[in-house]
Amino acid sequence: MTIKTFEELKKSCTKNNLKIYEIAQIEESEVFDITVEEFRFKVEKTIQAMKEAIKNGLNSTALTNGKMGGFDCAKQLEYYKHHHSIFNKLFEKIICYALATSEENARMGRIAACPTAGACGIVPSCLISIFEEYDIDKEKQINSLITAGMIGKIIASKVATAGAIGGCQAECGTASAMAASAAAYLFDSDIDTIINAAALSLKNILGLTCDPVRGFVEVPCIKRNPFLAVHALVAFEMAQAGIISIIPADEVVDAMEQTGALMSSALKESSQAGLAKTKTAIIMEKACFTKKYYSEFKD
Amino acid sequence: MQEKSILDIISPIMAGPSSSHTAGAVRIGLLIRNIFAQEIKRVKIILYNSYAQTGTGHGTDKGIIAGLLGFSVDSTKIKDIFNSIEATKIKYTFEYQDSFTRHPNAVDFIIEGTSQTMEISAQSVGGGEVQVTKINDIDVNINAKSDTIIITLCDKPGAISQITDIIQKNNINIASLNCNRKTKGQNATCLISVDGVINQAVIEEIKQKTNPAFIRYVKKLFQ
Repeated sequence: MTIKTFEELKKSCTKNNLKIYEIAQIEESEVFDITVEEFRFKVEKTIQAMKEAIKNGLNSTALTNGKMGGFDCAKQLEYYKHHHSIFNKLFEKIICYALATSEENARMGRIAACPTAGACGIVPSCLISIFEEYDIDKEKQINSLITAGMIGKIIASKVATAGAIGGCQAECGTASAMAASAAAYLFDSDIDTIINAAALSLKNILGLTCDPVRGFVEVPCIKRNPFLAVHALVAFEMAQAGIISIIPADEVVDAMEQTGALMSSALKESSQAGLAKTKTAIIMEKACFTKKYYSEFKD
Repeated sequence: MQEKSILDIISPIMAGPSSSHTAGAVRIGLLIRNIFAQEIKRVKIILYNSYAQTGTGHGTDKGIIAGLLGFSVDSTKIKDIFNSIEATKIKYTFEYQDSFTRHPNAVDFIIEGTSQTMEISAQSVGGGEVQVTKINDIDVNINAKSDTIIITLCDKPGAISQITDIIQKNNINIASLNCNRKTKGQNATCLISVDGVINQAVIEEIKQKTNPAFIRYVKKLFQ
């Protein structure tokens, strides 16, 4: 029997006196018939791919496939050349790395879906910014992504992480919970804090719809990635302070599943309502986004 | 339900922007390539519903061609596949259709090779997972999560046990076995998924002993 709930995860960690990543890698090697070393090697390759996607995104201003984005990361970088964030360097990095990854995804660049391609900027931007700013060694980097994966797996065992089924809460929301917990791991938090970070993060994103303009993973998806990355770290910091989600993590996941089921299919990746059917979205749809139109956004 | 791996959550490493519309499309292409198992001369690709409506923006068309040419989901070539030398080897056309009887992300292929023509239907079912649903006139369900033998036999008693005997003799575990036939006495199609890998000699032995109308060994696309 594999672990399917946060309650089981906590019990298993406490009983065996093991960290989440240790429980997770034992479970993976048992269920999927690979060694712990092989599993960790695959996780390391994912971290590499995440770093490369950030690097490529930071260095590109090419338009995205749907021509509605691809220029915002450059704007943000330019801004930080002349101004400091009102927070700190870590905050600057998170915003830029999340934009870089999401724009790279929309350009058909190489990314790691985490848990989905549309949400691919959230976990890497949080983790890799912390790796760099806090000088985290390679083994601990791998441990943190395994921790994120375990949180995502528990959520995904109840809710399909697809916008068409659960809305954006299931994609970006799950990514945000994964990032919050992994950040808590990186700062040596206990199991309660790690799970609580996930609960706080998920709870605040319930009901988020998936209404992409013209069906592309661009508007609002690209800009949503930095928002949700920062959101993850707010959850992390509150959890670190001992603030507790009154609703336990497993019940928050139940609520997310129910919310997703009740959400109209018009708001679940079908582009039939919400932002996708705003006046501007319809004009863009009809004009198939002429060059003139996008240049107005770009400047 | 098949057990989810953490690696399913933090990957695939893929060319964006969509797991179902891009990575799924590449995997469908790869799967079709393996089933067709012959150089593709000409292919007509019919995209349905969401694949037809938002496919171009997601690079679904590029993904399918890249897959048919054997590129993996994380290939940086997908983006510019239409301008690649490889793509000039295949003559391809796309059609776009709406059909409420089909899956939102369905696609049909009519493929011509040097000595065969096949019609294959597939769909992308979310998170980059795919299914081949029809080969010529036969309903199938191939998800490429384990190595699978597709075999069409004359429907006579004992044919299936002959095959399973050969597989068992080679110490390979059968994960699932599905057989389907339209009418009694007609050809029956079996899908045999196995744990591990079958070598070509075993396939040859099955071929010799059962004389199938059609046989393919399709390797899994997932880790």
